Amino acid sequence: MKRRTWIAGIATLAVATLALTGCSGGSGGGADAMQAHGPITVWYSNNAQELQWGKAMVASWNSTHPKEQIKGQEVPAGKTTEAVIGAAITAGTTPCLVFNNLPAATGQFQKQGGLVDLSKFPGANKYITDRSGASADQYKSSDGDFYQMPWKSNPVVIFYNKDLFTKAGLDPANPKLSTYTDFLATAKKLVSSGAAPYAIYPSPTSEFFQPNFDFLPLYAAETKGQSIIKDGKATINGQAGYDVANFWKTIYADNLAGKDPVQSDVFASGKAAMAIVGPWAIPVYKKVNWGSVPVPTKSGTSAENTWTFPDAKNIGMYTSCKNQGTAWDVVQFATSKAQDGDLLQVTGQMPIRPDLKSDYPDFFAKNPAYNLFASQTSRTVDDPNGPNAIATLQDLRNFYSKAVISGQGDLKSGLDQAAATMTAEWNRK
Amino acid sequence: MTRPGTHPDSGRDGERSQGELERGEVVGARHAPDSSIRTGGSKHPLHIRLFGRNPLGALFSAPYLVFVAIVFAYPLGFAVYMSFFDYFFTAPGAHVNRPFVGLANFVQVFTDPAVMQSFLNVLVFLVINVPLTVVLSIVLASALNSVVHARAFFSVSFYIPYVTASVAVIGVWLFLLNQNGLVNQLLGPLAPDPSWLINPVLAMPTIALFVTWKGLGFYILLFLAALQSVPGELYESAATDGAGKVRQFFSVSVPGVRPATVLVLLLATITGANLFTEPYLLTGGGGPNGASTSPVLLMYQQGIEQGHPGYAAAIGIVLVVFVLIIALLQNRFAGGRE
Repeated sequence: MKRRTWIAGIATLAVATLALTGCSGGSGGGADAMQAHGPITVWYSNNAQELQWGKAMVASWNSTHPKEQIKGQEVPAGKTTEAVIGAAITAGTTPCLVFNNLPAATGQFQKQGGLVDLSKFPGANKYITDRSGASADQYKSSDGDFYQMPWKSNPVVIFYNKDLFTKAGLDPANPKLSTYTDFLATAKKLVSSGAAPYAIYPSPTSEFFQPNFDFLPLYAAETKGQSIIKDGKATINGQAGYDVANFWKTIYADNLAGKDPVQSDVFASGKAAMAIVGPWAIPVYKKVNWGSVPVPTKSGTSAENTWTFPDAKNIGMYTSCKNQGTAWDVVQFATSKAQDGDLLQVTGQMPIRPDLKSDYPDFFAKNPAYNLFASQTSRTVDDPNGPNAIATLQDLRNFYSKAVISGQGDLKSGLDQAAATMTAEWNRK
Repeated sequence: MTRPGTHPDSGRDGERSQGELERGEVVGARHAPDSSIRTGGSKHPLHIRLFGRNPLGALFSAPYLVFVAIVFAYPLGFAVYMSFFDYFFTAPGAHVNRPFVGLANFVQVFTDPAVMQSFLNVLVFLVINVPLTVVLSIVLASALNSVVHARAFFSVSFYIPYVTASVAVIGVWLFLLNQNGLVNQLLGPLAPDPSWLINPVLAMPTIALFVTWKGLGFYILLFLAALQSVPGELYESAATDGAGKVRQFFSVSVPGVRPATVLVLLLATITGANLFTEPYLLTGGGGPNGASTSPVLLMYQQGIEQGHPGYAAAIGIVLVVFVLIIALLQNRFAGGRE
């Protein structure tokens, strides 16, 4: 009886070992795949505007490339797009291209052997830097190559509800929101006057990507473009990091922002008088009488000198792709001046190009609301790019949740501790 | 609930069919009973030792065994393997280095304050959730068993939260429990500050209450089935001896449903220890300050989001051991002597 269990156990172990060792075999395409042409599959985001652009782009390509047809699909549903792509990489079921790559996840996908090194295509580096200018640099991986095509950004700014400002007795044409002191005074007035229950309401939950919409935009602005990781070390425990954290801590301590998870759109419902948003917000808040200003800094910065977080999404090419030659052609087609113009027109999101306003003068003349966003695109700092970027952002969020939102402990020592944790996490093997 | 381990004829080992043997094994593992009677193995030829007297039986039980092997045993074994490596998932054919790290992942588990806090959190959860689930479901099942009118209505109202998707119900609870929510409006000055789900002290107990409420319907059903198999004569003779309703409940119902109680205890503990959806959605990723982080949420963050499945696997193995210890204790103290 017992012996039989042992025999079964050993047999199971043997099978398991075989299966485990079987995992490391074969080879992933390589140079041949990079030159191969033929049909490919691409995934795009599932929001209505991007779907419209994606379908039109695919149809336009397919009409002139009968032998290299694209099959376009929405990113499959999952907890997050990153989890879906991560699982697909492991299973070898990734499409050729995903038009929805989170820059912070790039390092991890690269480590997993999931991404094609785009710089290996002849002329690719030149193409990328010609199109995207200096902004492209931050999307290079540590080996100096591009494992993602910089694509589009949604630089974030402050939206404010003009009607609620009027109700609070504030001047909606010239809102005092550029320095921390002014911003806090305005926020207090909005709440104390009863115009809105909250001045602003960034999502207070603990997901790793939440810093992108509270800490990071202000940190980018305060440091004039510094990343939270520089030369392998976290930078947040300097004076700028302290000022930004202290600003938000005051907002929460004075109950100017909500601490409960957001359930509905608080800016649309008037529950919050301000919001930190990208250009996607323009069609969404049609019914709100809004104005926009850059994010605040400690002593105030003019709009044309203010940095922010880009909330970019890039294009990734995956190693499971058999016809990478075609995929690279499609990347160039989809990021051509004409397609970028369509993307801007349909989605209102900003193609990562240095001279947006001169490239598409008609659009910006017709839609002046987008001008602030266009001018922000050239001054953005994205999440750092490395295999542990997401874990590092999670550490930042854990610190923020405790020290800033809940206001626990001494902020300075909290920042030092968080910086040490982040540095260790960033360099974790 | 039948107890195959205490089969009256368990002495006639040699004549038993393969199916009976398999059942005996499973129960034997849990109840540690009569292992002394199975000593005859070495006398038989190899093929009988391997496949038993009725090889066909092995064939019939094969689909389930294959299922267990593929869906349970292999992943568990794989998780143990992963936990000893700096493991990460890769594209098929990618050549990567995944070095053996010995016990480093486990050392990290026991030195990471976030992991320790998550185990403490889940312990708080279990201490509230499990007893509450057992007591409430047995009381409500007894009430449901004796109620004459509107029985279907009560059954349905107990069962609806269980069958409704967590995601949908969570929206309602968020609405009830936020700072200016219905509950706080009713409580007025007694409302906690910060509110329930963003209060480090109250977040986990609130989640425990939510999960108790949500899962109750299922456990009531288990108890109801057990109660209906308690013979009516026992209640009659208890009544003859002068026992009132309360006395009957404690002296007849509670001992009568003991196997169901053990089952509910085990199930509530196991599902509770695997808590994920609620901290993921109700408190937005284990907030506030990790006060509602559960080990499984950490495993999701580490293994799926952050690309350290080896470390996540180590947390998982520790969790399995943690649950096994609790289950053993429960079985020891609540399971009786069978």
